[in-house]
Amino acid sequence: MSSEALQDAAPPESRRLTALAVGERARVALVLADDPISRRLIEVGFVPGAFIEVIASMWPAADPLAIRVGGSTFALRRHEAERIVIT
Amino acid sequence: MNAETAELRVAFVGLPNCGKTALFNRLTGSRQKVANYPGVTVERKEGVFAAPSGRRYRLLDLPGTYSLKPTTLDEAITRDVALGRVAQEPRPETIVLVADATHLPLSLRLALEVRRLGLPMVMVLNMSDVARRRGFAIDREALSRELGAPVIETVATRSGGADALIAELERLAVPTQPALVASAWQEPTAEDVTATHAEAARLLELSGYREPLRSRAVAVADRILMNPLSGMLILATLLFFVFQAVFSWAAWPMDLIDAGVTALAELVRGALPEGPLRSLLADGVIAGVGSVIVFLPQIVILFAFILALEDSGYLPRAAYLLDRVMGSVGLSGRAFIPLLSSFACAIPGIMATRTIPNLRDRIVTILVAPLMTCSARLPVYALLIAAFIPQREFGVFNLQGLVLFVLYFAGVASALLVAWVAKLIAGGQNNHLLMLELPDYQWPNWRNLALGLWEKTRVFLARAGGIILALMVLLWFLSTYPAPPVGATGAAIEYSFAGQLGKALAVVLAPIGFNWQIAIALIPGLAAREVAVGALGTVYALSGDEEAVTTALSSVIASEWGLPTGLALLAWYVFAPQCLATLAVVRRETNGWRYPLLMLVYLFALAYLAAFVTYRVTLAVAG
Ligand SMILES: Nc1nc2c(ncn2[C@@H]2O[C@H](COP(=O)(O)OP(=O)(O)O)[C@@H](O)[C@H]2O)c(=O)[nH]1
Ligand SMILES: [Mg+2]
Repeated sequence: MSSEALQDAAPPESRRLTALAVGERARVALVLADDPISRRLIEVGFVPGAFIEVIASMWPAADPLAIRVGGSTFALRRHEAERIVIT
Repeated sequence: MNAETAELRVAFVGLPNCGKTALFNRLTGSRQKVANYPGVTVERKEGVFAAPSGRRYRLLDLPGTYSLKPTTLDEAITRDVALGRVAQEPRPETIVLVADATHLPLSLRLALEVRRLGLPMVMVLNMSDVARRRGFAIDREALSRELGAPVIETVATRSGGADALIAELERLAVPTQPALVASAWQEPTAEDVTATHAEAARLLELSGYREPLRSRAVAVADRILMNPLSGMLILATLLFFVFQAVFSWAAWPMDLIDAGVTALAELVRGALPEGPLRSLLADGVIAGVGSVIVFLPQIVILFAFILALEDSGYLPRAAYLLDRVMGSVGLSGRAFIPLLSSFACAIPGIMATRTIPNLRDRIVTILVAPLMTCSARLPVYALLIAAFIPQREFGVFNLQGLVLFVLYFAGVASALLVAWVAKLIAGGQNNHLLMLELPDYQWPNWRNLALGLWEKTRVFLARAGGIILALMVLLWFLSTYPAPPVGATGAAIEYSFAGQLGKALAVVLAPIGFNWQIAIALIPGLAAREVAVGALGTVYALSGDEEAVTTALSSVIASEWGLPTGLALLAWYVFAPQCLATLAVVRRETNGWRYPLLMLVYLFALAYLAAFVTYRVTLAVAG
């Protein structure tokens, strides 16, 4: 799913996980799209209210990212992290 | 059926990397592969275990999964087995839900999903040693009450660490009715997943679950190891160090084995009268098998590093660091672990591609897996490097180790190139899946490391004494008979079957600089790559004069071939698909001949091309 399509599905002012810098924390608001990738994100703990922290991100384009959620750490490609709306 | 003979079918279900296989090995005494990253177990493995009471259990180790709605082939196996949907496989009667005690929330959520299958369940909090050390707290009684299932603690990596599980299994009754196929079961929806998350959080709250803060040391380690700059530097240094070590640490044990082999050959020569038996033993068996066994120390050193790294939890971080590179040529981030396994052997690597959800991504990963230098190629590289690359030091670098590094790197670089070409030809979407869990760091378990190394040594020696020995004897016959006609001038081998076949093949191979001796060695090398080394040993022992027989194989080929031929053969081996077992596995995993044939053709073409270019360029440069 392209990031444009994701844009349409979310409120325009929504902030994505990808907006966070390394070391920043936030809470998950929702996971966009309804497909196996989003589904797996929910299964591994990206549920509304969950605390997340960006542990690391790779040069040059902050892709992939390492995210801490619910006591586990996951490496996500940017297009995966883009689906996660934060508050 | 009485309780003595009845078998209870027990399936292990849990998240990836929670210790299911370690637990399975502990109970059944098997030695299935265990490593600190997700996606190690990709098929069902069965084992039998008899409890002290005499009751027998049929245990099933399954691939790890986060939920019963699969996204990959290996996860689908777990769901199908748990539901009794696999043909010829009765449904398990009990589920052991294995949880990593230091990552309870996701495990407990899976437990709630599994509970709906309607089978008796035992929840195991594994890794309780780590949990205790790091200060996790949970009231197991309370959790057990809330969950409606026994909750016990285990340490799968410690002897006796699974006794509590055995005791719990013994308490279970053997059902008199066979478990039914779960037809009423429905796949959990996204709402179900959110609901089970909330329920798991509630149960943990009720059982007084407390999780320590993330340790500072781990945070610092991650910051350094996953930093784009320092992380990459450390990764490169580490790999470099491994290849240096393979050469510099292995030197003296190899000399020792070499001396032993030569002494043995001398002994046989002295003790037996001239004749076929003496030649079979000295030239066929000892020169052939011996020239392979010499490389055991290098194999052991390479695997010591691989096994230690596998246990450490570092490898998924390396996957993170290299993901950009993989993604830019159209490979899934999930391809990293299968490709890494292929450095040991392409076969488990190809099977591990089952963790890649997208079929196209999976096929490309399978096709490039043989370009990762498997450990069977190490003896070939090592022999040629010892023969043609001078032992020189540049500061901390050893030239031979450097060349080995370059050869491994050439394999990786061409894999990326082939994947990129596949992307150009086949197209394909850009959104490849990574979503890889990064496990906690852990010190290698020294006992497991030693056992793992012993296992590798055993396999290597069994191959040397089995298939390699058999092929050497066969090759000796083909290289000795028919005997030369009376009055023949050349070495006897030139008139034998093998010699004539080699000379016929050498016509095709002459443009890339291979002589007929190499042509002979390449054929048995199809069965297993390291056999080519043994075959060269036999061929030169048979065709050489007395002096050639007593010197190490590397010095023989160094004097017989020019540098261009040596380098061309190295280049050939970076690509050559010299392993029938790999092709057979590709056929099985892709259900047909299409991809194994494609693999065979493209690898041979690349091998020929690479050898040709190397040969011609070296000829031109070195004269
Ligand atoms: N300290 C400790 N390590 C464990 C325990 N059980 C498994 N491990 C390690 O955890 C990692 C994953 O184990 P494995 O059996 O491959 O997990 P699986 O993916 O669930 O089959 C390996 O590195 C094991 O050595 C345990 O009880 N204690
Ligand atoms: Mg396993």
